[in-house]
Amino acid sequence: MVHGELWTVKEYFVYPNEYIYWTIQIVMYPFMTGLVAGAFVLSSLYHVFGVKQLKDIARFSLVFSFALLPVAMLPLMLHLQQPQRGIEVMMTPHFTSAIAAFGIVFTTYGMIVASELWFVYRGYFVETALALRQIGDRTVGQHFRYLLYSLLILGAWDVSEHALEKDERAVKILAGTGIPVACFLHGYAGFIFGSVKANALWMTPLMPVIFICSAVVSGIALCMLTYIVTMELRKLLYTWQRKQDPALPSGEELKSVETNVVIMTARYLIMFLILAITLELLDLIFRGYTAVKSWDILRSVIYGKDFVNIFVIQYGLGNLAPFILFLLPRLSVKRAVVGTMLVLLGVFMMRWNVVIGGQAFSSSFAGFMHYHLPIWPESMETFKEGLFGALTVAVTPFILFWLLNKVLPVFRAVNDER
Amino acid sequence: MISRRNFCKKTMLLVGGMALPLTAFELFDPNKLLADKTDTAPVRWVFLVDTKKCVGCGFCVKACKTENETPYDANVTRTWVERYVVTRDGRTHIDSPKGARDGFTTARVDIGEGRFEEIKGEDVDKAFFVPKLCNQCDNPPCVQVCPVGATYQAADGVVLVDRKWCIGCGYCVMGCPYGVRFFHPVYHVAEKCNFCYHRITKGMKTACVDACAFGARRIGNIKDPDDPVTRIIMTERVNVLKEEYGTKPQVFYIGLSKEVK
Amino acid sequence: MKNHVWRPLYVALAIVLLILTARLFLVPKDFGVWERGYMYSWHRKGNEADWRAVKVKYKTTVYCKECHAREFNAINNSPHANIMCENCHGPALGHPEDPPTLTIDRHRDLCARCHALLPYKAGGRADIRGIRIDEHHPEAECVLCHWPHNPRQKGGA
Repeated sequence: MVHGELWTVKEYFVYPNEYIYWTIQIVMYPFMTGLVAGAFVLSSLYHVFGVKQLKDIARFSLVFSFALLPVAMLPLMLHLQQPQRGIEVMMTPHFTSAIAAFGIVFTTYGMIVASELWFVYRGYFVETALALRQIGDRTVGQHFRYLLYSLLILGAWDVSEHALEKDERAVKILAGTGIPVACFLHGYAGFIFGSVKANALWMTPLMPVIFICSAVVSGIALCMLTYIVTMELRKLLYTWQRKQDPALPSGEELKSVETNVVIMTARYLIMFLILAITLELLDLIFRGYTAVKSWDILRSVIYGKDFVNIFVIQYGLGNLAPFILFLLPRLSVKRAVVGTMLVLLGVFMMRWNVVIGGQAFSSSFAGFMHYHLPIWPESMETFKEGLFGALTVAVTPFILFWLLNKVLPVFRAVNDER
Repeated sequence: MISRRNFCKKTMLLVGGMALPLTAFELFDPNKLLADKTDTAPVRWVFLVDTKKCVGCGFCVKACKTENETPYDANVTRTWVERYVVTRDGRTHIDSPKGARDGFTTARVDIGEGRFEEIKGEDVDKAFFVPKLCNQCDNPPCVQVCPVGATYQAADGVVLVDRKWCIGCGYCVMGCPYGVRFFHPVYHVAEKCNFCYHRITKGMKTACVDACAFGARRIGNIKDPDDPVTRIIMTERVNVLKEEYGTKPQVFYIGLSKEVK
Repeated sequence: MKNHVWRPLYVALAIVLLILTARLFLVPKDFGVWERGYMYSWHRKGNEADWRAVKVKYKTTVYCKECHAREFNAINNSPHANIMCENCHGPALGHPEDPPTLTIDRHRDLCARCHALLPYKAGGRADIRGIRIDEHHPEAECVLCHWPHNPRQKGGA
């Protein structure tokens, strides 16, 4: 079986060499990079625009953005037929191709986020390293931590007021610079699709903008959701620990912080959601109105085969339902959880409907291709390009986040000013 | 509060530092960036297909698979033949069973999923065969989108794929409007018709041109005014596929009907 | 610079330097911009020679004619004149050294490619005399009665 043959069923006239080549991993990739960009923008809302209520979620989303970054590479590595040659994108980039931008943009963005994290945590690194140094008889674990933190400090041990102020300024600049880079990171992913003139569904100048908007939406939604989940876990932990230490904040105090943050963040979510929906509907309306050569086959895909995927799941459940949920007065945390989950579903379906939907019809405009996602990983191919590969990609950021949290703790003591 | 002077200094340094990785990739002469408009190459390969002569025997596909070592039973092929049957009810039936590797031996049209459409002879208004292969475009979109420079255009116009450099991303496969590219089932890199480069550069013809007993396929050099293929392209009415994409394809068709996809 | 703020930038520059150094070792020397400019000719020049060096399989009829003049003359004066010998006999490759003999494909499917009757009125196919392959002696090989080197000759080989 040639690559693609296993999960493609052809109907009517499809060119002999045409199969669905860009499958679930190519759906996961813009989804993950979208989360990266969105998480970063959310973090920058605090650092650049000084929205004080978002302080807690800002640090959280910055670390999460960094945890998501290597995961953005993962679907590509699983998709490439020659993954060991992946480094060639950095070695001989062909910049006429949008994918070549990947090497530069990814590296630049990674360096910005890493640098910003360094400035945010440098004080903590120094504190911890000094405290560990005091311990005369270090265990292996403690010694390892001491060495790690000492290395991460990069020789900048000065934690005077003046030095910390410099850190703050640097964070502000990096957060500001990072926003256009994050936009570029996801805009180029949209460009990858929007510039393919051979694909009638993908070809539109709106694609980069639609991708950026839905990326920000997904990033904010994921950060909100994970923030709420971790806060709930913290509350449980604190309630248990409070039995020993009554000085710790009570569940109610924590909860009020949570709801305010959620309401604030939800407002930004709505803004970008409106923008994303507007552009997508605009694209659809224009296509139907101008009715060029490809409209016949596109119409049968959009209003026929993919009707449920597009209008019921993506627009209905993924856009309209959360829109209503967030706009109704007295937003509760529980409602926000449902809303963010639906938003994430909507953004995922948008990627699915673009990638898979774009390959649902043949370039001959006279045939269809049906995609059957491989469920059980019987071979390397069905793992990499199947459900389990996608699940691996989905789960990895959380594992990385958990690991990162050990070095860059997201939740610090409540009375800590920074 | 940072002074304006310091801010300017630091911004410039920052931008300069970020520009460094970009300039490091600036390895080429700005002059060479622009495609050479004064093309002085002595050869530019072009192909001529006469759909009036094609009988749908599929010898071309068989020869191509053998010559270029495309696995015979794999459902991919560098070249193929499409059959168009227009019936009296105005419907167009199109198929290409196994890329016409075994020819067309039945009037039943293959519509995929193991189903066939029976077509009675008296219902047929128009029926013809259209051989297809890589157009070796003058503005190849597949080359434009390759992220690593694994596919490229040689000076004589043929678009080739470097099997040792291709990363298998599939962008070129998605970028081709004609659907001529695919993943090689053995090498797992991008693959497509290359006008039998190993034959034409030795003065031979492509395998499909040699295999065609009806003269439906011909190859020539558009730079040579005395080439019979060039003469036909210049003096007779020929057409190309999907001109609206701006790819400037170099496979010319005689008898290209409006139904052809 | 005294300011610790620049430390991450140094790390970033070090990484870039690392990538540029790796380039020196990993990128082939003949990789660059060639005749058609950066957009269309960014590649490893040596690959063109790789493709030119691929082995030729089909030698074409002029090659067969050298030794098999009798068969060539027979078929050249028949309606099958334009069919390349190797279409039915397979590619010559290194024949006569390797392989010493070529196959003779006697299967019905080979002839059916052109001679399966299709109900199309115009075009090249309509000019070929065809048979209904399911009805016209489906149990027998065509060459039992028809001589492919000269189909006008009655009675097979």
